[in-house]
Amino acid sequence: MNDRTQATDALLDIRGLKKYFKVSRGLLHAVDNVSLTIPRGRTLGLVGESGCGKSTLGRVVIGLIEATAGEVFFNGKDVLKFTSQERSEFRKHAQIVFQDPFSSLNPRMSVYQLIAEPLLINKVYSSNQQVSEKVKELMDTVGLAERLITSFPHELDGGRRQRIGVARALALNPEFIVLDEPVSALDVCIQAQVLNLLADLKEQRGYTYLFISHNLSVVRYVSDEVAVMYLGQVVERASNRILFEDPLHPYTQALLSAVPVVDLDNRRERIILEGDVPSPINPAPGCRFAPRCRYRQEICLNQDPVHREITPGHFVSCHFAGALRDSRAR
Amino acid sequence: MADKSATPLLDIRNLSVQFNTDSGVVHAVNNLNLSLQKGKALGFVGETGAGKTTTALAVLHLIQSPPGKITSGEILFDGQDILKMTESERQDIRGDKIAMIFQDPMTSLNPIMTVEEQIVEMISLHSDMKGETALKRAHDMLNLVGIRPERGKEFPHQFSGGMRQRVGIAIALACRPSLLIADEPTTALDVTIQAQVIDLIKSLQEKVNTSLLLITHDLGIVAEICDDVAIMYAGHLVEYSDIRQLYGHPMHPYTQGLFNAVPNLNSEPGGRLAVIQGLMPDPTDLPKGCSFSPRCPYAKEICHEKPCGMVEYAPNHFVDCYFPLGVKGGQNHE
Repeated sequence: MNDRTQATDALLDIRGLKKYFKVSRGLLHAVDNVSLTIPRGRTLGLVGESGCGKSTLGRVVIGLIEATAGEVFFNGKDVLKFTSQERSEFRKHAQIVFQDPFSSLNPRMSVYQLIAEPLLINKVYSSNQQVSEKVKELMDTVGLAERLITSFPHELDGGRRQRIGVARALALNPEFIVLDEPVSALDVCIQAQVLNLLADLKEQRGYTYLFISHNLSVVRYVSDEVAVMYLGQVVERASNRILFEDPLHPYTQALLSAVPVVDLDNRRERIILEGDVPSPINPAPGCRFAPRCRYRQEICLNQDPVHREITPGHFVSCHFAGALRDSRAR
Repeated sequence: MADKSATPLLDIRNLSVQFNTDSGVVHAVNNLNLSLQKGKALGFVGETGAGKTTTALAVLHLIQSPPGKITSGEILFDGQDILKMTESERQDIRGDKIAMIFQDPMTSLNPIMTVEEQIVEMISLHSDMKGETALKRAHDMLNLVGIRPERGKEFPHQFSGGMRQRVGIAIALACRPSLLIADEPTTALDVTIQAQVIDLIKSLQEKVNTSLLLITHDLGIVAEICDDVAIMYAGHLVEYSDIRQLYGHPMHPYTQGLFNAVPNLNSEPGGRLAVIQGLMPDPTDLPKGCSFSPRCPYAKEICHEKPCGMVEYAPNHFVDCYFPLGVKGGQNHE
């Protein structure tokens, strides 16, 4: 198995990953049999609506939550089987930036303390002088003015706070960063600044990103590959261009059509989905999307669709994946 | 009144709102002029802190005072100045003629009242309907927003976010208001649910013939349902026109920056977004000249000296800028 991961040069290789939470009414299938790979130096965009399990997936991958079943290979080694020592070593290579820069930073720590924290915990440097130099270097990298070094999070705007989050993630020079909705809490102008920063860092340092977002436009902009999640499962996965230009899963099609577009002359036909996302607790057999799908057939309600490769690199979990495209083209 | 389309339903004139805080006077809204015709939808766009919500609350006269204060201006609703009314006159208007949908459906509903009680409350407050008739009306409203009336006996926590926002819409429209203010009505919702709610607001607006003031930061949503657009920046209205004109020819440098900063589904992967450098000015210490001048790539000396004020550069296209983009001779309007 190691040979295969090495051969494709996948930095991260997730196989059959499951995370179920026990709740009073049964089992909540937050992540249900997800397999994904991220090649080194690439960005995988993971999109889906709230409650689809994308953040849980991000947290399991980074080892913040234990998995129920499955394997997560990082550089060929299974993250889920790490000893605590291996895990703390792994944490230097894999980091996470959280969504909300208002609640993910300790309000009683200054910018200096916040950014120095990972360096001190991991005893990267022996002298305070070196730590302080590194903190300043990191602040410079993420575009925080040095005069802010003694500021506290509440004195800064959302964009600057999120830059602190990024600086903390970069402190240990990781290979892989999970970005969990890193710009959702930010205004468009600030969002553009942070997105550009992330793109620059990836280009200069070859980082590998798992970019989790509900915003399809943002994912379109940052990703090399995109996976769409619905109720704990990946329903479609393809290269950025293919997924946005030729979506095959009815859910992806509806999701893309629901995005409000600024262009007044290129209005697309909107597919309005009926109802809400069903509960992920004890999900019914069959395709998870079937109850809301406009192409639903008998088979969809009884039989789980297989995650099939329709064209090279384009995977879809739908009984009628190829056929739906044909009917649209006619 | 309805046939005289020239008389706007809502006419805000020279509105200024400020808040007195420990760190100084926050100039939240400055000399705002804005009007909305009957049956039309106006998109009110800007970033956090631009003064959009403050303006909406001023229209309802709901600005908490202190610390807030409306320092100047008139808000004419159907020709009457809301600011000069007595509180009881205003209470008759609120919820009846002007209703509001709030951003967060989780916190804007009462958690210990069933949803039908909350709709009935609104109806019985503003009409003669009582008891069974009011309840009947509440159930009609639930039907209208796509919720089965049987669910009226449930509490807000038993609904999903999208359903709760529908309840909020049902409450807002229960008295058939002539003006509906929607403050970021879909920001807390997922994109497929957002599409449902936008469609609902749009169809109800047409059905009930309500004017809509839609507050949002999303230019895409405005494109979906609005007729006119107003762009706010740092408490100032910087650009106003109908949607085709403004989206086709954004003239204010800030508006253009806003359009360029939004990634869209057609953007090429791997590029860089155009960024407006810097941050919004501190509202306690606004620049002397144009409020956008410190960040404006085209700013000249005069821009830093004194604000330009609204100029009509094209028919019904107003821009607060000395040097609007794409206009020849638009320099120095005096």
